[in-house]
Amino acid sequence: MATEAAMPESVLLRWVRTEGMAEIEQYRRAGGYDAARRVATELTPDQVIEMVAASGLRGKGGAGFPTAQKWKFIPKAAPVKYVVVNGDEGEPGTFKDRTLIEGCPHLLVEGILIAAVTIGARKVYIYLRREFYRGRLLLDAAIAQARAAGFVGERIFGSDHAVEIVVHPGAGAYIAGEETALLESLEGRRAMPRQRPPFPAVAGLYQQPTLVQNVETLCHLPVIIGLGPERYKELGPPVLFSVSGAVVRPGVYEAPLGVTLRSLIFDHAGGMRPGRRFKAAFPGGVSSVFLTEADLDVKMDPDSLRQAGTMLGSAAVIVVDDSADMVEVMARAVEFYRDESCGKCTPCREGTAWIAQVFERILHGRGRSEDLALLEGIAGGMTGTCFCPLGESVPPGLVASLRLFRDEYERRIAAGATDGR
Amino acid sequence: MTEAAREEIRRLAGLYEHRQSALIPALFVAQQEAGYLSPAVLESVAEVLELPVTEVTSVASFYGLFYLEPVGRHMVHVCTNLSCMLNGCQRLLSRMQEVMGIQPGETTPDGRFSLRAAECLGACEEAPAVLVDEDRWAAVSPEGVEPMLERYR
Ligand SMILES: Cc1cc2nc3c(=O)[nH]c(=O)nc-3n(C[C@H](O)[C@H](O)[C@H](O)COP(=O)(O)O)c2cc1C
Ligand code: SF4
Ligand code: FES
Repeated sequence: MATEAAMPESVLLRWVRTEGMAEIEQYRRAGGYDAARRVATELTPDQVIEMVAASGLRGKGGAGFPTAQKWKFIPKAAPVKYVVVNGDEGEPGTFKDRTLIEGCPHLLVEGILIAAVTIGARKVYIYLRREFYRGRLLLDAAIAQARAAGFVGERIFGSDHAVEIVVHPGAGAYIAGEETALLESLEGRRAMPRQRPPFPAVAGLYQQPTLVQNVETLCHLPVIIGLGPERYKELGPPVLFSVSGAVVRPGVYEAPLGVTLRSLIFDHAGGMRPGRRFKAAFPGGVSSVFLTEADLDVKMDPDSLRQAGTMLGSAAVIVVDDSADMVEVMARAVEFYRDESCGKCTPCREGTAWIAQVFERILHGRGRSEDLALLEGIAGGMTGTCFCPLGESVPPGLVASLRLFRDEYERRIAAGATDGR
Repeated sequence: MTEAAREEIRRLAGLYEHRQSALIPALFVAQQEAGYLSPAVLESVAEVLELPVTEVTSVASFYGLFYLEPVGRHMVHVCTNLSCMLNGCQRLLSRMQEVMGIQPGETTPDGRFSLRAAECLGACEEAPAVLVDEDRWAAVSPEGVEPMLERYR
């Protein structure tokens, strides 16, 4: 696929885009597992945590929580601790974790070892969405190779540390990507979010302290330890952006944190298709509020995006062009939430169903003039009342679309039946 | 359920501190063998893992990839989420419906295919993305539907 033009200086994609990186010999020849070896045999946990803190690494799964800080929440003295890898990658528009696993599964294994040794966990579960069949094969093979090399299992790298890794399948539920729902799922139950606190760092899997970490976050660790936090920051710090939708070259791009939306779309992803104009883009997956042309120069970092009323989320940029109808786009997003709502709390379960119903009638030419106020009302009722961020992420995007693309809604309603679509 | 499947489920249970953790992987083992999770199959899984059958059924019914009704020999998932929608998945899905003669959620009368509209498959750079059984197909065009399906008998 696309994207070879990317960046010569890339620090993460370099591993993914080099042939043969699923093989341990190749990976080791390029310096692979040196960072994990150092962590297991030379560095103290505090030194590792300091390096990660100095790198500024923040979680890449969506919430953007500072990684080192999360590690510090894990009680040092606890006898049993777990690392749970979030490989559910369900946020629409996101495919960087799959790209990492398929391109260089050892990078993830090495990142896991670094995290597990540092927090003192002996058991790691990788929650991998079932649909990643190819990734699963490659990951299983990589773990087996690492085990044979003495990097997984007892006394890894000849040290006193032991780390076991088990891959666990997801079963097709978006909400299972939310960390507490993921833990429920890993315990063999319905993926419904838990009350927080307690946070997983204190009482997670089987009520033991648990570090839940996204695939990409872990893949940054060997690079941070390998290059040192200063150099890592100078080289970006790098972020993997999944760019998709109406662009010439969809793909995963590595760019420095703070790259502009414009540069990502036009320099990296090849720009808009011939004859098409940019209309909107979701900067952090469907759960983030979309941006419009006026925002093209916004910097893609958590703070700038928060100021712009949205979020970096999973850094999944979905680009919409002028051939798309914003009402249809929002209708599809709402349908997604309705179908993926876990049903635990009423505002989300009922709210998403109701909103989807209103969209359906608007799309089928049966919209009423009072429907837009109704949508705003339902959105208002959901705001601050949902149990977890899935439900809470519905109102902001919906309200923004009603404000910025009101004319498209009104035209739909005025035109009545246009349909069949 | 065969003894081999039971054995595999017992092995899976050993990977976790609590055996209920093996439920989801166990359900996949059972589904792979039986084609779908009939009440009898769910009961067998419950028995091997020593869990209440109501709990097993409740968990199975929560997740989209467990089939509680018979399905075709090949499962075709067509992603209809945003990136794929912006890349023509509707035309693709319509073509699939036409070729198979069924609607999403249905199975062809000869039991060859089941068709489903899927949420994001995490392959948006290949939009519109399709998963047939365990194979990912990239940027499938309406014209590409028949040659693709030919591969699955
Ligand atoms: C509805 C919902 C879905 C989520 N899906 C994912 C996911 O697929 N992958 C992921 O890594 N994080 C996902 N998250 C974020 C996780 O809850 C959690 O913040 C993350 O796994 C922590 O790892 P990190 O700090 O490395 O990002 C999701 C959150 C919510 C609310
Ligand atoms: S907000 Fe939605 S997904 Fe979250 S707990 Fe409530 S019903 Fe479940
Ligand atoms: S939206 Fe279709 S694969 Fe992501």
